[in-house]
Amino acid sequence: MTLQFNDETFRGDYSYYNTDRAIRRFPFPFDRDDYMYSVNIEPHPGGPEGSVFEHRFDVDEHYVSEMRDRAITLDEDPLRCQSLPHMELAGWDLLEIIMVSKSEDYPDLFALHRDGNRWHWINRPLGIEQRFTFLDPTTLPCGPMEYITRQTQGDFALLDEREGNLWMDAGMVTSQADWSLDFDVGMNFFEWHAPVPKAKRLGVFDRALKFLLAMRQGQEYRRLNWTMTVNPRLDTSPENYHKWGPEKRTVTPENVGRKQHLRVELQTFWRLPRSNAIAFPIRCYLACLEDICTQPKWGRRLHRVLRDIDPALAEYKGFAVNQKVIVDYLAQFDDGAPTSAGIFPDR
Amino acid sequence: MSRQMLLEVAAVERLTPLVTRFRFEHPQKKALPIFSGGAHVVVEMPDGDLLRRNSYSLISDPNDPSGYEIAVRREDVGRGGSRYMHTRVAVGDRMRVSVPANLFALDIRARKHVLIAGGIGITPFLAQLHQIDFLQQPFELRYAARTREEAAGLALLPKSGRIHVHISSEGNRMDLGEILTGQPLGTHVYVCGPTGLIAAVTDAAARHGWPKSVIHSEAFTSPPPGMPFAVMLAKSGRRIEVGAHQSLLEALEAANVELDWSCRGGACGRCETGVISCKGQIEHNDHWLSRDERAGQKKIMPCMSRFTGDELVLDL
Repeated sequence: MTLQFNDETFRGDYSYYNTDRAIRRFPFPFDRDDYMYSVNIEPHPGGPEGSVFEHRFDVDEHYVSEMRDRAITLDEDPLRCQSLPHMELAGWDLLEIIMVSKSEDYPDLFALHRDGNRWHWINRPLGIEQRFTFLDPTTLPCGPMEYITRQTQGDFALLDEREGNLWMDAGMVTSQADWSLDFDVGMNFFEWHAPVPKAKRLGVFDRALKFLLAMRQGQEYRRLNWTMTVNPRLDTSPENYHKWGPEKRTVTPENVGRKQHLRVELQTFWRLPRSNAIAFPIRCYLACLEDICTQPKWGRRLHRVLRDIDPALAEYKGFAVNQKVIVDYLAQFDDGAPTSAGIFPDR
Repeated sequence: MSRQMLLEVAAVERLTPLVTRFRFEHPQKKALPIFSGGAHVVVEMPDGDLLRRNSYSLISDPNDPSGYEIAVRREDVGRGGSRYMHTRVAVGDRMRVSVPANLFALDIRARKHVLIAGGIGITPFLAQLHQIDFLQQPFELRYAARTREEAAGLALLPKSGRIHVHISSEGNRMDLGEILTGQPLGTHVYVCGPTGLIAAVTDAAARHGWPKSVIHSEAFTSPPPGMPFAVMLAKSGRRIEVGAHQSLLEALEAANVELDWSCRGGACGRCETGVISCKGQIEHNDHWLSRDERAGQKKIMPCMSRFTGDELVLDL
């Protein structure tokens, strides 16, 4: 089935929407009725057919509109894309992995022809055709990381490994949950995670770092993370807090079902072959509460999770101010029945 | 644990009486994953009841997907892995080889790379030289060996004015002070070889005021043999015997105890295991635990460490 791309916006009139198919394949992040941090890492890909886990880089109905939104954000603030000089090789690694994966996984949308280092890339949804020399940056209109991530949904951090740590030395970040590449660039793993409450005490980051450092190429992993966003806005950066922060106050019992969105990040981890860096793609999915509650299991479970969550996490995840309205709304979908294990909706 | 490929031994070449080069290729000539300089693979050797897994640095061009090459020094007093490679492996054999991992990568922010190799420690630098050449970065290689015969890397090194060979039997020993003096700011130093050489470079660098973060080392060692010992597993109540030429990790694997691992050389930290009770002395041979952690005897690295004493109970 050839994908149909939505014509939609992630700002202004917020015309973003999910079709029924997109709702059913939404990566609902809660596999039980309560939530606490865990290093919930599993191999990627390998999810069920049709799910967002099926392919190495998921391309869905939002692709073309998301790339248009990224271009707007970059136009307004070029610092959303940065690469320290030593990270260019990692950028080529990333470009290769994405081009190879997409052309193999979506042959009707993307094509890559390689003759040694002379490459020919075709991106049909965006109408791009590019001949270039692999590893020669002068043959692309911009650096390799910027070039490929302007054509790939989700944010990207490229992490250099040295001194037994990981350093965020390059990235393309325009759909972030309230963090800033410009602020974090050059920081190490513990520095950029410093704002996360409780996790340090639980030892989550020590274990996660150890895991990542031992990761080999060809062993891709993934995890889901989540937060809450008012309106389907991709660019919820600290730089633009003045634009989206006040929107938190526009939630009412009447509009919460349409306005309040669950924001899920499908995070994947890749060891890059030439540079030994780690690529950290963070793909963002948005669904409003109304859409989520079309799946009875999810409505029931989301009510319990958000009702009982640790107050510090409600604060950190950005919805403490609206927690009561959200939980009151979700209560109507909780009939008290037990929920099944796992994240997928009941059939 | 790591993903593996079943590869064919495509060439076996004796470089010196003690060092042999092995080339692995895909049986259907498929491309192997490219890698970065300094990476190693874990090679599996099914030796009777024992499954040996040794890590070896890749010496071939990281950008060449047609094959992987390693150079193995025969250690006759070792546990038998290198002897297996030298006496049992022939062209046409198929062996399980892991995908590459790198615990000794170049820091490509460096203004210059100074590579210091002792003996078989030349191996990771052979692939790094390809990468440095590809990146067009300044470098200097210092290769020390006792005798010319021991310097197996000589046959594999390119001719270059930036490559200096120090053969102590010929009277041109390496002078670390001279090497470290006068390097441009932003130089990184990499050392691989016997622990004595690594310590000497680390100490000399500290004396010359070099920051620790620009000194990189890899002592890629196999677990040393020793006296047999036994451990108790707290969760299952089992008692595991470890043979003289077996590592604790190998003994646990032979007993079907699942344990995570990556490098099997005491460097990556993946197999770290808690110690519940220790009446005796853990012989820490790893490079992972800190001095305090070693003294505390609350953690052990099963890939490298041994034990002498009355009782060792592990959190397994």
